[in-house]
Amino acid sequence: MIQLDHVTYTYPQAKHPALSDISLEITESSLVAIVGPSGAGKSSLCALLAGFIPHHFHGILQGRALVHGQDIANTPLAELVTHVGYVFQNPFTQLSGAKLTTREEIAFGLENLGVPRLEMAERVDRVIELFSLRDIANRSPYEISGGEMQRVALASIFVMKPRVLVLDEPTAQLDPLGARQVFEAIRTLTNTQSVTVIIVEDKTEWIATFADRVITLHEGRVVLDGSPDAVLTSPLLAEIGIRVSHYTQAARAASRHRLWPSELALPTTLDKAIDGFKRARKKYENLG
Amino acid sequence: MKISVNDLHFAYPNGVEVLRELSFEISSGERVAIIGQNGAGKSTLVKHFNGLLKPSRGFVTIGDWDTQSHTVAQMAQRVGFLFQNPDEQIFKRRVFDEVAFGPSNLGLSPEEIERHVSAALSRVGLSDMREMHPYDLLPARRKLVALASVLAMETPILVLDEPTIGQDGRGLARLGALIDDLTQQGKTIITISHDMDFCAEHFERIMVMKQGRMLIDGATHDVFARFELLAEAFLEPPQMTRLGRALGLPETVTTVNEFLGAYAKTREPRH
Ligand SMILES: Nc1ncnc2c1ncn2[C@@H]1O[C@H](COP(=O)(O)OP(=O)(O)OP(=O)(O)O)[C@@H](O)[C@H]1O
Ligand SMILES: Nc1ncnc2c1ncn2[C@@H]1O[C@H](COP(=O)(O)OP(=O)(O)O)[C@@H](O)[C@H]1O
Ligand SMILES: [Mg+2]
Ligand SMILES: [Mg+2]
Repeated sequence: MIQLDHVTYTYPQAKHPALSDISLEITESSLVAIVGPSGAGKSSLCALLAGFIPHHFHGILQGRALVHGQDIANTPLAELVTHVGYVFQNPFTQLSGAKLTTREEIAFGLENLGVPRLEMAERVDRVIELFSLRDIANRSPYEISGGEMQRVALASIFVMKPRVLVLDEPTAQLDPLGARQVFEAIRTLTNTQSVTVIIVEDKTEWIATFADRVITLHEGRVVLDGSPDAVLTSPLLAEIGIRVSHYTQAARAASRHRLWPSELALPTTLDKAIDGFKRARKKYENLG
Repeated sequence: MKISVNDLHFAYPNGVEVLRELSFEISSGERVAIIGQNGAGKSTLVKHFNGLLKPSRGFVTIGDWDTQSHTVAQMAQRVGFLFQNPDEQIFKRRVFDEVAFGPSNLGLSPEEIERHVSAALSRVGLSDMREMHPYDLLPARRKLVALASVLAMETPILVLDEPTIGQDGRGLARLGALIDDLTQQGKTIITISHDMDFCAEHFERIMVMKQGRMLIDGATHDVFARFELLAEAFLEPPQMTRLGRALGLPETVTTVNEFLGAYAKTREPRH
């Protein structure tokens, strides 16, 4: 479990806090999506959960943040990284710079832990398969495409099997199928391995399909927290500048012309959009 | 200014052949989106438009210039280029200097440079940030600084490699409006994106790449109507196209407005 209790954090020399009075609890095995406009504090929240705040970024941290009962501020980063996996927003910064092939890059963390060679090879093979990296396994991690590098960054964390995964926009450069595969993979981990996942993401279709809960940040504060359907269809999203899916946009516009059933919530996925627009049509035909 | 690609093949020094048998033209003023799986060769292809990469076989011409016989600095007068990773592009310590770098290389006067830079920064919404260090900006903003340096060159052709990455709803809307506006001015825009909904809203021609080859190249509606072929490239049509198809709308729709128009029509009283 993750627990934040009135957490406020200000970067060194910053005028305003990046995180303001955040209190929340995240239960084990849940998949929580974080959304918010640029600068809302999403990456800062990730950095805190992974212990980079306050161990790497100093500044002023107030309140209490616990991961599995351990106070993040009092637990050394070296210990935190063994159970919290953190995928940075920029995959380039994730590369160790010490390895000649993507396979070695992915194995780097396990190697440091002294995991036996055979087990290491098996685990590395599994994530190479999971993220479709077979063709580039023997290439330099610097001579690959942007999306491939993002897959390598994900694989190098997944292979560590952390109990908590903190993913900062991990699908930004992935193709549509790759993005779906990441969501399927993390859903499997939460369901079968009791892993807890916190993911910053703007692809609402996948959030709606896979997440248990969505937290919206704005100017360092939690402004919405609830089920994907409730949060992702809130009119507040567009107001504060968050991406809104075309399904939701279409239904919202349609509802103004009574082309969407008034009793139905706005849709976030294809299935819900089909259902609503079909119902609206039937209703109309019955009237006619 | 026309872009011509003729039997282009390309292999990186490690020997992997990444582009194969590409031949096409892009006319002046076209808006083209290039889509495809990770590793399909999209970034590699567009790096041939500004001469960063040279063909292993075949040739690429920009107007009357063959990229083979022109330097990257020369090409920069015709083709503005936004990198997928802005950090590959940004190297000055001040936003203003970063955006002014290209125009100063063109030998413009200080007044002209000032005009170019101010106009470019205001178009991306960063006028207030001209004195800042680019690395103190959020990644999404850094991408906009890089975009401003591209705009400041006022080239007839702009190549944008994944400009939508990390942009929030507001950034996306601004980018879309900017692309529409540049088209109005007659610029050629070539964009790579994994966001099909964005491509549908702002581009008239779509190129689908798969393993270094061109799988489909055509008008946006025609390309997005081809569900099976797109699936072959592991892609999905835009949300509105899928919804329209599932509801049995008679025409292919790709944007929210098209969907609403077509849907409303199916409900008009039949006589
Ligand atoms: N510097 C390089 N040296 C060798 N091979 C490379 C290099 N950069 C990319 N490649 C390879 O060339 C192929 C095409 O890469 P490219 O970057 O053009 O893909 P892309 O379509 O832009 O993908 P993405 O959507 O991930 O950005 C990939 O197989 C990649 O591994
Ligand atoms: N390393 C840093 N040093 C100082 N300020 C930072 C740093 N990283 C982020 N900030 C500031 O913290 C705020 C939140 O940023 P961030 O968490 O990166 O937002 P998001 O990920 O939601 O875009 C912004 O005002 C940003 O400028
Ligand atoms: Mg961020
Ligand atoms: Mg690319």
